Amino acid sequence: MSLIIDVGMRVSLILGLLTGLSVVVLSLVWVERKFLGRIQMRMGPMVVGPYGLLQPVADAIKLVAKEDLLSPWVDRIVYWIAPLAVFIPSFMIWVTIPISRDIVIRNMDMGLFYIIAFSVLSIVGLVAAGWASSNKYAVLGGFRAAAQLISYEIPLIMAVLGVAMLAQSLNLQEIVNQQDTYVYALVQPLGLLIFFIAGLAEIGRTPFDIHPAESEVVGGPFVEYSGAHWSIFFLAEYINTFAVAALTVLMFLGGWLLPGLSGGAITTVGVLVFFAKTYLVILIIFWFRGTFPRLRIDQLMSFGWKMLVPLSFLNIILTGCYMFYGWPAWLMSIISVTILASVFWLVSKRMNNTKKEYTVHIYKPESLEVKNAG
Amino acid sequence: MVDQDINKKLDTVQMMVNMGPQHPSTHGVFRMVLAVDGERIVDVEPHIGYLHRGSEKLCEGEIYVQIVTLFDRLDYLSNLNNEMVFCRAVEKLMELEIPERAEYIRVILCELNRVASHLLFIGTFGLDVGAMTPSMYMFRDREKIQSMFEAVTGARMMHNYIRIGGIKNDVPDDFIHRMKSLIVELKKGLEEADKLLSFNEIFLARTKNIGTMSAKMAIEYGVSGPSLRASGVPIDIRKDHPYSIYDRFDFGIPIGEIGDCWDRYYVRLEEVRQSISIMEQALYQLPDGDTITPTRFLLRPPKGEVYVRGENPRGEIGVYMISDGTDKPYRVKVRPPSFCNLMTIKDLLIDTYVADAVVILGSLDIVLGEVDR
Repeated sequence: MSLIIDVGMRVSLILGLLTGLSVVVLSLVWVERKFLGRIQMRMGPMVVGPYGLLQPVADAIKLVAKEDLLSPWVDRIVYWIAPLAVFIPSFMIWVTIPISRDIVIRNMDMGLFYIIAFSVLSIVGLVAAGWASSNKYAVLGGFRAAAQLISYEIPLIMAVLGVAMLAQSLNLQEIVNQQDTYVYALVQPLGLLIFFIAGLAEIGRTPFDIHPAESEVVGGPFVEYSGAHWSIFFLAEYINTFAVAALTVLMFLGGWLLPGLSGGAITTVGVLVFFAKTYLVILIIFWFRGTFPRLRIDQLMSFGWKMLVPLSFLNIILTGCYMFYGWPAWLMSIISVTILASVFWLVSKRMNNTKKEYTVHIYKPESLEVKNAG
Repeated sequence: MVDQDINKKLDTVQMMVNMGPQHPSTHGVFRMVLAVDGERIVDVEPHIGYLHRGSEKLCEGEIYVQIVTLFDRLDYLSNLNNEMVFCRAVEKLMELEIPERAEYIRVILCELNRVASHLLFIGTFGLDVGAMTPSMYMFRDREKIQSMFEAVTGARMMHNYIRIGGIKNDVPDDFIHRMKSLIVELKKGLEEADKLLSFNEIFLARTKNIGTMSAKMAIEYGVSGPSLRASGVPIDIRKDHPYSIYDRFDFGIPIGEIGDCWDRYYVRLEEVRQSISIMEQALYQLPDGDTITPTRFLLRPPKGEVYVRGENPRGEIGVYMISDGTDKPYRVKVRPPSFCNLMTIKDLLIDTYVADAVVILGSLDIVLGEVDR
């Protein structure tokens, strides 16, 4: 009997998680379309439901009801497994991501390790999707995805490692609780930046949306997919976006903690705090999408290997020194901020130089005079 | 020995990628067969002709007044410029005098059309490099221009407004007032695009030193217009061989330095500013008077041939026309700027990346209606 209850509990938890994530994805789609609309001086969806709130639902119904087109040259088994290979890892990592104190499906001591180990798996799905589609754009996109995701895994893990060193734990609950006095964003602004950028590359969002680039490889690995199969990729992409934002919040921005919030209220109000912070981070991601062009794959690789990887190693060394010599937290903040400021200064200096350098001359032949003016 | 074996095993295989005619960023129905080695383009084979409508042949069967509408449909983003060059060809053949006011309105609207065309280029070029917002901003501004066209000519795109001997009808009463407020809005919108896109670090990385066209290469291929000027060759027919009343305005020719994609982009952006300045001057000088020199409906230009060229947003358009004294031309040949600019695509694309192919093609700013005719 207890076995049945146990299994029932687990199944209902998984179904609940699936439902919750679907609702989150629907809300994200709406937020993204509205927010992008605002950036681009449009209204965004307005027709279905009040303020277009039901538009994502209508989209989902349309997608599921669509005919699932299948090219005759497709490698069927791989083709059908690929969406699941992308979706399941992105779903599985949510098992251990807490949304408030003690509100988590399974709190693991190896939480961060588990999350990273699972998130790497989705590469397989993308490459498989690209390969099985028997479409050249899909193959190009799949290879791009492999190169991009594998190389950005390293700075991502390194940034996570800094946090793990600070907290002396891989348990996300513990990491958030450690940020009681100060959030890790203050101690590790460098780590935050690296994690955020590498996370953006991991989920393939602008400016790193290189593998699904519509104007180049026409959707990359997803080009042949339609209907429900495509919507599974779509679901996975948004769940990943949400996961990156949530991990940023948990590891660097204090999760559900808020100054002045204490006692039993943390658990309940914490959920709201967590979601508010996460959606703010997500808005930044959407903001990038509205304002940035796309990098090229070789530029992305050189940025990852020549910039992010060294910086992430530097971050680890700094964190190590901080831990070993017992520096006060403010010193660490100052060092990190100095490094960040100098990097920004260098970049902005270069940008200003290029602005001066790159211009177009206005050529005016002397012989031509303004005739008949006035 | 061992190294050679490894090289044999690691040899890569070329892949043929068929880009277009149904591809979001080939700007119409252009088709390129790319031979790619990984992401690197080894060979390009461009295919055109998917939008061939036989315009030149059609011209031989239409009377002169009707041909204006065919020219509308060549470069469908700069209709008025096309109409103007054809009308000028007929007028030159007939030695017609055009009323001052008509000339001014022609120039104002042509420059406005140039602005609209360049704005569309800036927007779509942003899309090509993956920035989606500039296109929205540019379409917003272009929409204002289109409504202006609608108010003046009665149509948003295929105007048929510039007629042989002048223009169809006088502009509305509030034309000058509306144009002035439109110019203010255009300037503001252009600055927004400039701030958002032009000096963005990623945008620079994607466009600077990509698809560099030397001045020698550009001249050898017969490239014209902004693409030529971006390579540092200050040739603009409005300046060098002023037609209509372009010699009355003070404007500069923006020229680039090395002729890469960024230069081609920024030259166009700068040209919008120059066009706006021309419009301002023309609006200031706009005289009163007639708008058309009356001609017969069934025009019969004298026997002879004529070649007229004009500066389109995309480059130099030339019309070579032979009249045999009847009401229909014997032959009309169009030298479309997009076609000549597109010929460089093979040289520009080889040894670049697939992602660059889209950017380079976008920076040439082709219109397939004109390439295929």
